[in-house]
Amino acid sequence: MVSGLRKTYGSGSAAVTALRDVQMRVEPGEVVGLVGPSGSGKSTLLKCLGAVLTPSGGHIELGGQTVFDGDHWLHPDLTRLRREQIGFIFQSPYLLPFLSVRDNVALLAMVLGRSNQEARAAADQLLVDLDVAHRADAMPNRLSGGEQQRVAIARALINRPPILLADEPTAPLDSPRAMAVMDLLERLAGQMGTSVIVVTHDEKILPRLQRIYAVRDGVVGEGRREWVRDAPVRFRSRRLRKT
Amino acid sequence: MINLAWRDSRHNWGKLLVTGCGLGLLVGVTVSMAGVYRGMVEDAEALIGGSGADLWVVEQHTLGPFAEASRIDDDLYRSIRQLPGVRRAINGSFQTLLIQRPGRTLRVLVAGVEVGVPGALGQPPGLVAGRPLLRDRDELLADPDTGLQLGEVVPIRRKRFTVVGLTTRMVSPTGDPMLFVPFRDGQDLQFLPGNEAIARQRRRRDRPAGRQALTNAVLVQLAPTARPELVAAEIERWLGLTAYTRPAMKEAMVGKLIEASARQIGLFLVILTLVTTTMIGFIVFTLTQGKLREIAVLKLIGMPSRMIAWMIVQQAVALGLFAFVVGTSLATAMAPHFPRHVVLQRRDLIAAAMVALASSSLASLVGVKAALGVDPAEAIQ
Repeated sequence: MVSGLRKTYGSGSAAVTALRDVQMRVEPGEVVGLVGPSGSGKSTLLKCLGAVLTPSGGHIELGGQTVFDGDHWLHPDLTRLRREQIGFIFQSPYLLPFLSVRDNVALLAMVLGRSNQEARAAADQLLVDLDVAHRADAMPNRLSGGEQQRVAIARALINRPPILLADEPTAPLDSPRAMAVMDLLERLAGQMGTSVIVVTHDEKILPRLQRIYAVRDGVVGEGRREWVRDAPVRFRSRRLRKT
Repeated sequence: MINLAWRDSRHNWGKLLVTGCGLGLLVGVTVSMAGVYRGMVEDAEALIGGSGADLWVVEQHTLGPFAEASRIDDDLYRSIRQLPGVRRAINGSFQTLLIQRPGRTLRVLVAGVEVGVPGALGQPPGLVAGRPLLRDRDELLADPDTGLQLGEVVPIRRKRFTVVGLTTRMVSPTGDPMLFVPFRDGQDLQFLPGNEAIARQRRRRDRPAGRQALTNAVLVQLAPTARPELVAAEIERWLGLTAYTRPAMKEAMVGKLIEASARQIGLFLVILTLVTTTMIGFIVFTLTQGKLREIAVLKLIGMPSRMIAWMIVQQAVALGLFAFVVGTSLATAMAPHFPRHVVLQRRDLIAAAMVALASSSLASLVGVKAALGVDPAEAIQ
């Protein structure tokens, strides 16, 4: 849950407000979208939610635990917070080229203190769920784009985080593969109770999102996906701002 | 836990292998330079110890006969023999000369010594071929490095010598191979003027000229019970000469004669160490720069910075140690073919390993700094 979140870069007359009084709530197992034009503040919001950028003010709660309040983080170790509470999926998979698929997935579980055997077993289970188990021993450069993205999803979910942030996860994929990725996210969110926030420009996946938050000039509003999908751009942004 | 440094190195083995070999060449040069210095010291020790002399008596206030010119009368050895504690004293002449060999000019140190068996005072410690000097004229013992063969006739100045024996390794402190000739010949080579010089002297001084009755040094062997310092003090006190004990002679040669070379080599070592450290730093930095995106992603998904830093340090140290292994292997393989005597001592190799370890650890800080400076937010477009 996010409330009153704001972020301002710079100070005085040079200050630029990137986020204004953001209110968001994503339930466990829910897949919501974050849409908006470039420069609207999506990335800033994602960075704040991902605990890599400190907001100027507001309140962030992850998995029922307040992690940011006022102007400071309450968690003493943000790296640990990210490792335990947040999963990340990127536009490009960014798998480590020197680790096998299995070890790419298992790495974070090992960092969290699980034994190599346990971590690899958990990775294998996720790879089965994501239908890439047959490539577990392969190196990432041997995989197709879709397979790499599924491995990246497995990596993001290995520690069963309460929240998953996906930055344009379907951008490099064709339509069937993009739909397959969305299927996976929906299914895994349902199974694990993970809240998924998908940042996207990809209109074809909008129907798959349960709710949409639209971002414009740092203002985040909840909208119906029909508005986003059907309305002309200029009209769409006005409607969204009203919302 | 997976060893990320090892996995990354295995993935990029070609790049690291070439880099390690390149660094290994630098380390090899560094180790060889240290080996050259050790070789010079060892040669000096062999020269002093091999002569069998307990004392070296030379012209007063000189560091002769190797580090500085020394001339004393050739009959002073008789006076020295009379001193208590002296068992034997002989003349010795030492002169650096150039001799012509097929296709090259060779610099040699010619030692003029009393005829005797190997191991006796003034003689080389051993022969690898041939026989000792038996006649007091026209015979020669040669270090094998000269390339001279048994029975070969060698013209040196106006004289012709026959090679009758080959010594074990005997070189001057500056690395020139040694020739041993009978003392009288050695004296002639150094002090007998040429015909033109004799004529010139006669014209100028109106008196006959000839060989001057001089020598460079007197080599003294002491009785087992005698204390070298006391006998040396006696010689200096009563005969007005300078006498060096073995340690003092070693100090004169290593501390004075080799000092300049040692300083040059020391400077080279410092420069090469700095270059090696800089190169490792540059390579580690470049490797890190190539992984910035992966590092940003690792930090974003929760990999602790210390693990990323440890990966870089491990890689740099492994690179340094690999370069050390390549370098020392190369130096060991090349040592016999080096123009100078190269001695690779265990303590120098351990020191080189420590320096490689320290250099690479230091160099890794450049990569660690670059990695720690990566903002995890960069992973989010």
